[in-house]
Amino acid sequence: MALQTSKRFSTWIGGFLLVVPSIAAVTVFVYGMIVWTIKISMTDRISASVKEPKFVGFQNYTNLLSDTRFTHAFENLVKFTFVFIVGTTIAGFIMALLLEKGIKGEGFFRSFYLYPLAISFIAMGTVWNWLLNSNVDADAGGLNLLLQKVGLGFLQNSWYLSENGAAYALALPAIWQMAGYVLALFLAGFRGIPDDLREAARVDGASEAKIYRYVLFPQLTPTLFTVLIILGHVSMKVFDLIIGINGKSYVTQVVAVYMWESTFDQRNYAKGTAIAVVLLLLIALIIIPYLRWVIKQENENR
Amino acid sequence: MTAELLEKKPNPIANKRKRSGKEQFWLIFRYTSLTFIWFLIVMPIYVLVVNSLKGVKDVYLVNAFDLPKSLDFSAWPISWSGGDYFSAFSLGESMTRTLFFVVQSSLISAIIGSINGYVFAKWKFPGSNIVFTLFLFGMFIPYQAVMIPLVQLVTNMGVNKSIYVLVMAHVIYGIPICTLIFRNYYASIPDELIEAGLVDKASRIRIYRSIILPLSLPAFVVVLIWQFTSAWNDFLFAIFLTGGSPKLSVATTTLNFITGSSNQVFYGLNMTASLIVSLPTLVVYIFLGRYFLRGLLSGSLKG
Repeated sequence: MALQTSKRFSTWIGGFLLVVPSIAAVTVFVYGMIVWTIKISMTDRISASVKEPKFVGFQNYTNLLSDTRFTHAFENLVKFTFVFIVGTTIAGFIMALLLEKGIKGEGFFRSFYLYPLAISFIAMGTVWNWLLNSNVDADAGGLNLLLQKVGLGFLQNSWYLSENGAAYALALPAIWQMAGYVLALFLAGFRGIPDDLREAARVDGASEAKIYRYVLFPQLTPTLFTVLIILGHVSMKVFDLIIGINGKSYVTQVVAVYMWESTFDQRNYAKGTAIAVVLLLLIALIIIPYLRWVIKQENENR
Repeated sequence: MTAELLEKKPNPIANKRKRSGKEQFWLIFRYTSLTFIWFLIVMPIYVLVVNSLKGVKDVYLVNAFDLPKSLDFSAWPISWSGGDYFSAFSLGESMTRTLFFVVQSSLISAIIGSINGYVFAKWKFPGSNIVFTLFLFGMFIPYQAVMIPLVQLVTNMGVNKSIYVLVMAHVIYGIPICTLIFRNYYASIPDELIEAGLVDKASRIRIYRSIILPLSLPAFVVVLIWQFTSAWNDFLFAIFLTGGSPKLSVATTTLNFITGSSNQVFYGLNMTASLIVSLPTLVVYIFLGRYFLRGLLSGSLKG
C-alpha cells in the first residue's frame, strides 16, 4: 500500500512540486481566462473605440436573444448537430457491425476508414467545396454528377447553397471525417464483450439476429453514450469545417463562426465573449455529467 | 484499454469446415458493403490527387472525377513556392515554419505530460484526483471561451506576430490530454515495480528515471503524434492569435491560398496545395496509425 496517497508531507511534496507549473498554467490559462471572458461579456466593450468598458450585467446575453443573426447561427448549429450525430453514429455503427466478427483485410479497411481524422478541414475545404457544388445536370461536378451517374439524378440539389438545407449539407463532410472515430469506439465495444456470452446464447439455440438484438446490443449502451457525448461536443465546436468550405457566409454560419465574425470583423468583444460563454455552457452541460460518469466507472473498476 | 481491445481480432475462420450457403451470402454481403464504404471514404482524396496532376489551368469542375489525360506535375512546384500566381504566399515557407514550431511544441508537451502523468498515477498528493479532473475539463472546453482575453494578452505584450505564441498555446492547452495519456499508460505499470524501488531506497525521481522512463516509449509516440497532428491541423489558435496573419502558420496560409486573394481562382493550384499540406499528417498516419488511434481514443477518456 506504499503507493496510496501518503498523508506524510515529505512523501508527496516532491510530486506536487513537479506538477505546480502545470497547475499554474491550467489555472491561469484555462480557468483564469474563462473568468476573464465572462468579465468582458458583462461590459459594454462593443467596439475597439471603447477604451474604458463599463459593467452592464447580462445585457449582452439578452441582446443575443433578439439578435436574428445569432438565432440563425444557433438554428444552423442545431440542424447541423442533429444530422451529424445521427448520421455519424449510424455510419460508424454499421461499419463496426460489418467488421466486428473479424474479416480478412480488416486492417486495410480500418486504416482507410480512419484516415480522414488525420487531415485538417481547412485543407479538405477546397475539395468538399467542389463535391458539394450546386451546379446540376450538364454543369454538375461533385456529388450531383455522381448521383446522375448512378441513376439518382433526381436527388441533385444545391447542398450548402440551398436556403433551408445548408446546415444539413455541411454535416456530410463532418460525417465523412468522424465516422471512423465512431467505428473505432464501437469496434472496441464489440471486442470487449466476452465470447462466452455469445457462445452461451448460441448453445441455447438463439438465432444470430436475436443474439445481436438481445445479447450484444445491450452491452454497447455505455459505448453509445460515449459516442453521443463525444460527437455532441465536437459538433458544438464546429468551426474550421464551415470556414474551409464556405467561409463566413451567412447561410452556413454556426455559433463558433458568428463568434469569430463578431470578434474580428466587428471588434465587438462584448458580443464575442458572450457567444463564447454560451458555447462553453452548452458544452459544460454535456461534459460535466460525462466526466462524473467516467470517474465513477473508473473507481468501480478498481 | 479501448485501444488494446481493437488489437484483439477474432479469428475470421474459427473452424475450417465448409461454409454454408447462408454464411457464404453474408460474407459476400459484408465485403460488398465494406468496399462501397471504402469508395465513399476515399473519394475526396481521390479528387484531390487526380486534380493535382492536371496542371494549372486544365482543371474544371465538370471533369472532377476524370483521370488526367496526361500526367502534368506543373501545379506542384507553383503551389509550393507561390510563383507568379500567389506572390504573397509561399506554402513551402509556411510549411517549414509550421513544421519547426509543431515539432517543438510536441516535444515540450511530451516531456511535461510524462512528468505529470507519473505524479498523477504513481506519486499522488492529497487532492490529486480533483486536480486531475479539473485538468480533464480543460480538454473539452471550446477554446473560444479563453480566446479573447488571450488575444488581448498577446497583443498587449506585442508578441502576436510571433510563432512562439502558437508553441505556448499548444503546449499549455495540450497539458490535459498529454497528462491523461501518460497517466493512463503509467497506471498500467504494476505498483510492485515502484515499491521494489522504494524498498531499495531509491528516490521517486530516481525511480522515474530508471524504471518508468525506459518503459515510456509507446506513450511518448502516442503523445508526439497526437500533438503533432493537432498542432499541424489547428486553425482556431492560428487564426485568432496571429491576427489572421496569413503567412505564419500552415492553416492560415492554406485558407488564404484556397479562398484566393487574386481575382482568378486556379483550382489546380488549390487542389495541389490542399494535398501538399495534408501530406505530413497523412504520412504520420500511414506509418504510425496505431499510435494515432490510441491518442484519438484517449480523447474520449476511454483510451
